[in-house]
Amino acid sequence: MFDKALFYFFASLAVVSAFLVVTRRNAVHSAIFLITALLATAGIFLQLHAEFLFIVQIILYVGGIMVLFVFVIMLVNLDVAAHQPQFNRQTWVASLTALIVSGQFVAAFYLSRKAGSGRALFGLPQAQATRLDPNTELIGLTLFKNYMLPFEIASILLLVAMIGAVVMAKRRV
Amino acid sequence: MIPTSHYLFLSLALFTIGVIGVLTRRNVIIILMSIELILNAVNINLVAFSRMLGNVNGQIFAIFVITDAAAEAAVGLGIIIAFFRNRPTVLADEMDILKW
Repeated sequence: MFDKALFYFFASLAVVSAFLVVTRRNAVHSAIFLITALLATAGIFLQLHAEFLFIVQIILYVGGIMVLFVFVIMLVNLDVAAHQPQFNRQTWVASLTALIVSGQFVAAFYLSRKAGSGRALFGLPQAQATRLDPNTELIGLTLFKNYMLPFEIASILLLVAMIGAVVMAKRRV
Repeated sequence: MIPTSHYLFLSLALFTIGVIGVLTRRNVIIILMSIELILNAVNINLVAFSRMLGNVNGQIFAIFVITDAAAEAAVGLGIIIAFFRNRPTVLADEMDILKW
């Protein structure tokens, strides 16, 4: 019961603040609502017993990426843009795309439900939800045993991104 | 116990809102924020499936997605600052030249 209440609270918070991110005129308000949406997603990770991702989400997204966003909003002068129309003229194309994407998902979901046996999802058996305990230890072991090469590639990607960001933002290279 | 499909529908809602943001907003900073929303929706899917199957690999993939999001945000915001220095606008439909 408590689990359900937690999920629906965080889910509705995430959807409402995501909607506000897209519709607000002021970019700072959008950033604040994006922080709320990311924190709600972190809550959903915690509710799913993914404690490590919960902490990573808060430290990296809310603490790192959002600070970067707010810094850039302060550096870039948005006063002129705030007085101009915020939406382009592709609204109907966007709604059509969104409709097609959601329609596709819902169709796939219900067709697989009909084809599968009762509560199966996409033909997968409804596995017993096991607690992945201890979460952080399991992630560490898998990351450094099975995903060593992707891990190193990710570190190179971060290095390249760091150099790229410095070169971009520097006045004279 | 919440069925996995509820997580999928939540993720679908966030993804769709992000797509609409990318396609309709003119401010590039908010377009980047919408991309972050889309990546978050993918993460919810991965973690929900990881829990449903009792397999930690989905959470590892979510960590890689977060890494990519950090790299993308750093480079994207660097490009916005570099562009703004040359031409003071943040509206995506006014960014229509490569050289000046």
